[in-house]
Amino acid sequence: MSGRQKPYFGILVFPGTNCETDCYHVLKNLLKVDCKYIWHKEKRDDDINAIIIPGGFSYGDYLRSGAVAKFSPIMSFVRDFAQNGGLVIGICNGFQILLEGNLLPGAMLRNDTLKFICKYVNLKVEDINNPFASGYRKDEIINMPIRHNEGNYYINNDGLKSLKKNNQILLRYCDENGIINENTNPNGSVENIAGICNKERNVFGLMPHPEACCEELLGSDNGLKMFKSMVSFIS
Amino acid sequence: MNLVLMLDVGKEYKKLGLKDNEFLKIQKCLGRKPNYLELSIYSVMWSEHCSYKSSRALLKNFKTTGKYVLQGPGENAGILDIGDNQAIVFKMESHNHPSAVEPYQGAATGIGGIIRDIFAMGARPICSLNSLRFGKLYGDEHQKYLFEMVVKGIGDYGNCMGIPTVGGEVYFDETYKGNCLVNAMSVGLAQKDKLIKSMAFGIGNYLVLIGSSTGRDGIHGATFASDELNEESEARRPSVQVGDPFMEKVVLEVCLELLDKKMILGLQDMGAAGITSSSVEMASKGNVGLDIDVAMVPLREASMVPYEIMISESQERMLALVDPSRLFEVKAICDKWNINCESIGTVTDNSMYRIFKGEELLGEIPVKTLTDEAPIYYHKFEKPKYLETVVSFSLVENDYNSLRSKYSHNEIFKKMISSPNICSKKWVWEQYDHMVQTNTALLPGHDSAVIRIKDTKKAIAFSCDGNGRYCYLDPYKGAIIAVAETARNLACCGAVPMGLTDCLNYGSPEKPGIFWQFKNSIDGIIKACEELDIPVISGNVSFYNESFGKAIYPTPVIGTAGLIKDVKNMLGVDFKDSGDIIILIGKKSVGSGNETDGIGGSEFLELFFDKVAGKCPDIDLFYEKALHSLCIDLIKNGLIKSAHDVSAGGIAVTLAESCLLGKTGAKINIDVKEKDLLKALYNENQSRIVISASRENLEAIKSKCEESRVAYEEIGTTSGETLNINNEITISVNEIIGLYDNAIEKIMSK
Repeated sequence: MSGRQKPYFGILVFPGTNCETDCYHVLKNLLKVDCKYIWHKEKRDDDINAIIIPGGFSYGDYLRSGAVAKFSPIMSFVRDFAQNGGLVIGICNGFQILLEGNLLPGAMLRNDTLKFICKYVNLKVEDINNPFASGYRKDEIINMPIRHNEGNYYINNDGLKSLKKNNQILLRYCDENGIINENTNPNGSVENIAGICNKERNVFGLMPHPEACCEELLGSDNGLKMFKSMVSFIS
Repeated sequence: MNLVLMLDVGKEYKKLGLKDNEFLKIQKCLGRKPNYLELSIYSVMWSEHCSYKSSRALLKNFKTTGKYVLQGPGENAGILDIGDNQAIVFKMESHNHPSAVEPYQGAATGIGGIIRDIFAMGARPICSLNSLRFGKLYGDEHQKYLFEMVVKGIGDYGNCMGIPTVGGEVYFDETYKGNCLVNAMSVGLAQKDKLIKSMAFGIGNYLVLIGSSTGRDGIHGATFASDELNEESEARRPSVQVGDPFMEKVVLEVCLELLDKKMILGLQDMGAAGITSSSVEMASKGNVGLDIDVAMVPLREASMVPYEIMISESQERMLALVDPSRLFEVKAICDKWNINCESIGTVTDNSMYRIFKGEELLGEIPVKTLTDEAPIYYHKFEKPKYLETVVSFSLVENDYNSLRSKYSHNEIFKKMISSPNICSKKWVWEQYDHMVQTNTALLPGHDSAVIRIKDTKKAIAFSCDGNGRYCYLDPYKGAIIAVAETARNLACCGAVPMGLTDCLNYGSPEKPGIFWQFKNSIDGIIKACEELDIPVISGNVSFYNESFGKAIYPTPVIGTAGLIKDVKNMLGVDFKDSGDIIILIGKKSVGSGNETDGIGGSEFLELFFDKVAGKCPDIDLFYEKALHSLCIDLIKNGLIKSAHDVSAGGIAVTLAESCLLGKTGAKINIDVKEKDLLKALYNENQSRIVISASRENLEAIKSKCEESRVAYEEIGTTSGETLNINNEITISVNEIIGLYDNAIEKIMSK
């Protein structure tokens, strides 16, 4: 990890990434935190102390989402960075890339509705003992948009047990009262899972877009605490 | 010598869509017979799609200047100055024919094409809107298929590009059954000093092709789009292009990077008629000649012959004007993104358009004969016969009485809000990413879409509207209403209209009745634009929207942009708090009896009486304008909490929408007897807006209305969780939401 004391975020850019400027806006303009873009052909970057893999359609996602991006040169750096305890958050397509790259367990399937879904959903914060959700209350219900074709999270039974045992499930889809069931599951994800972290709790992937809900004007500012949590962790 | 060059052009020109007189004119232009390659080039450049030969003479009468206008019609897209060295660039375009035969790719490439028009001007696309029309869904699997695939095509393309699709409209009417309409509008934001044009200049400069390789897709697409649909259209599926949004995203980023680094001198998108049209247009604008070398064009299929290369409509290609000394830098940027970059042409001073294959000269055409000297037609026009009968129709007391005896007011209301033309289009917009770029200040479902401009206080509002039924009954008034309604929608969120784009969809201009419709609606747009002070900055004409000889309703679609100086003042249509007063401003809920009844061409008439007939609603543009100014003023002064215009479905639907979006009930009392309630609730008379406000502002609002000479009428109060209208309609807001939000989903999942 970098020796820098101040937070400095690297935002990965693959061809087809399309939420990089949205993340940049939140960090730079709303939180006044340093950040920069990192092109996927780069081999490493020693300035940064947190990585964001933003949403989009890396390489068009014509194969499985994230299946091509995992071979990009920068990904081996991401792996090393994570292994050394660096903070990595993958949002939407970024989550899919982390799954494809085996930085997080499980896989992503097509939404069970067979359609792209863009809408605000309610999420329950299941765990706050991690660098990404520490700013929320446990069981807090937050409002964030989802925007994906393939957000139907799948993991086998053993994997699921392990996720639960280690409190790796950070976010689940629910209704405004926190009820988690089939009716509040937008895409068919196993047990309404919306976001998970690794056992070491430094790599986090989620389908909702926290960067899209950091200002009241846009309908919700519930995403801001997620970025603030990360910033305070590395400050 | 190439085989196709030996084809007998005298037998081929008709197959390419050229008329006898046009073939003669070509020979005159050249002073000889064209070869097949030259003939192909003329056929695409003189197609209706590229030349606007039937509409040019009329379109030039549009008001195209105004205080915000930086660029009117004539470029890839129009440009408006929004202050702070910023400009917005936008245009709407049709992709009807391709979508009718291959809805997914047809719609997708329609989006792709219009987006390229925007970044060709040096702007980053910031949002898209669309206007879609199909036959009725219920019980028609084919219409459902078209609808489903068009929406998917638009979604997949825009979502992958990372451009939010933030608004639009969808209508269902049997007139569009054989010829759906897919009109797409794209909007970009640019630094004023980084705008670029598509003109070729500088003898010796290169024309550089950037993006996809060229394949056989979309050959003769422009000619296809200039013909009616019939049994043979199915066989023209190969004329429909195939889209690759990922490639387009990369091409977009490359072009913007090249512009940012000032490496290119001009940029043009490659759409209909491919390399031919884009390069010819660049040359014509710059009054220069061009040498094109087809051997330099990267191909998907090596066996492609020159005419195929020249008119292929392969997507995701751009043509840039580059100083030869900077070509290597341009190539380096393209390499970084792994896309093609080849110099395929050179600017010359001989005003000839010459096509080479290596050293071999294959064709030679004077540039201006392909553009300025293309044929212009002044078609015959005649008032169509159908008008006499349909316009004289009107409902009589007995019709209303029999409907009232059949259904309760509650039942009629529920049917209205569940009609696919009225209900929520949530099923559509939830398939579009409408939030990416994080600027969407008003989520879909309101009167306008609103995009805030980061780092400023400003926001830009957009509204898209058309009404084929009104235009069918009266193309002049119908077109006026389309313009007025977009401006009214903008006023409801507090935006001042700056300019508009139009997409004009009609049948065959060669039929006098159709051309009469076209001419009258153009006159209507001209009138409305002048009175409301909104210039036309770009647009598109789509003719030959007919299937099996039957034309669609004349359907001009208008997309208008408005400025909100401070996004804090933006307003939505939703009722906010309980206990607020609800006021109708503008024309009264029940007319004085002198004007049209507002039932002609209405959704109510079609839904319950299965008729598209009667008189199109009247509109007084002077009054309309006063209403808009008043509404904007009320919003700016913080006097009101919501504003929603009365349009399709009448005031009952307006009230229902304000209730459901605000999750607030209302107690409404309209001063009318029960027997006249249907007319009062469902008439579509113009110039009306329903506002809500704290009671304490009532006097201030009244005096503003009086100053503006706009009528006001207190019609109720927000309260509880039920909408109650004259004690005849009583329905919980939750039930309204259930019906209104899920109506399309219900039909589509059947």
